[in-house]
Amino acid sequence: MGSNSVVSNRRMPEKMNCFDLSPNSNSDSEAEEVHVLAVDDSLVDRKVIERLLKISSCKVTAVDSGWRALKLLGLLDDEEEDKSSSSSSDGFEGLKVDLIITDYWMPGMTGYELLKKIKESSSFREIPVVIMSSENVMTRIDRCLEEGAEEFIVKPVKLSDVTRLRDYYMAAREIRSAESGINVNKRKLQESFDVCTASSSPSSSSASPPSLFSSPAPCSPSSLDSPTRRPKMTSLDHILI
Amino acid sequence: MLGWGVDRLRADMSRLLAILFHQGVLDEQFLQLQQLQDESSPNFVSEVVNIYFHESEKLLRNLRGLLLDREFSDYKKMGIHLNQFMGSSSSIGANRVRNVCVAFRAASEQNNRAG
Repeated sequence: MGSNSVVSNRRMPEKMNCFDLSPNSNSDSEAEEVHVLAVDDSLVDRKVIERLLKISSCKVTAVDSGWRALKLLGLLDDEEEDKSSSSSSDGFEGLKVDLIITDYWMPGMTGYELLKKIKESSSFREIPVVIMSSENVMTRIDRCLEEGAEEFIVKPVKLSDVTRLRDYYMAAREIRSAESGINVNKRKLQESFDVCTASSSPSSSSASPPSLFSSPAPCSPSSLDSPTRRPKMTSLDHILI
Repeated sequence: MLGWGVDRLRADMSRLLAILFHQGVLDEQFLQLQQLQDESSPNFVSEVVNIYFHESEKLLRNLRGLLLDREFSDYKKMGIHLNQFMGSSSSIGANRVRNVCVAFRAASEQNNRAG
């Protein structure tokens, strides 16, 4: 897990500088590039958003309706919300996306309805959804944000909007992988701490000097017996956690 | 001599665009589109504009059909077409068209056929 965050740190500056979309860069960098699913019924808007995203070094899949988006994600049938069930017609497991950006007004299924369906799904509700609309209607914006939309962008969408989103979600992803890295480190710290206390003075069981290191990890029974140690232990707990 | 022709054309185009911007026919979103054009996508602007014209033609035809109908009353449908037209116009920076759509839609919302 630690190695993942190292790789993405190294790759990110490269990706942001080059607009190279050659095939050989895709296989390795698929994990690093933000993959965006863009949903818009207007071909003009689809072309524009696709270009905006590509120029911002994002991988794009553009579809023209909410239904098609759900189908790509593998969420089409209501009973088959489980991503692992590949009993859909072509056995397609479902696209992996980092972000979904959708128009609000679409025939058939609005962006709001799509948002709801995504948030209702156990496998996809974590994916951030951004809604676009050419209109600045407060009630509409509130409704979408309440339903769990990350953001509401008023059209026309500009390059600055897209780079802002991309930076935000790249950073969010970095934080996520860094957090899992921290958990690993915490465990290691705990382990080394246990080792340290085991090798420290055997007199820790008796009422001895209140040094920080002789106060063992919570699992040690000896410290629990002596009431004088408890305050020290709690302060240590705070440090650990 | 060919190079000179290209330069002339470029100058003409810049002048034309300047006029369009000045008149409010185009707005800064068009500039944004131009920024998206580069070596990897050298015809981006013309591609998008062509798509826009194509789509708009369809929308305008629909709108015209609706209006020509004597017993026309489906303002909702008209509103939908107008929304689409307005959206794509604003996406490419067709400012004046978009403004007309806004006025059109306002009239339509009031069921104002004459408007």
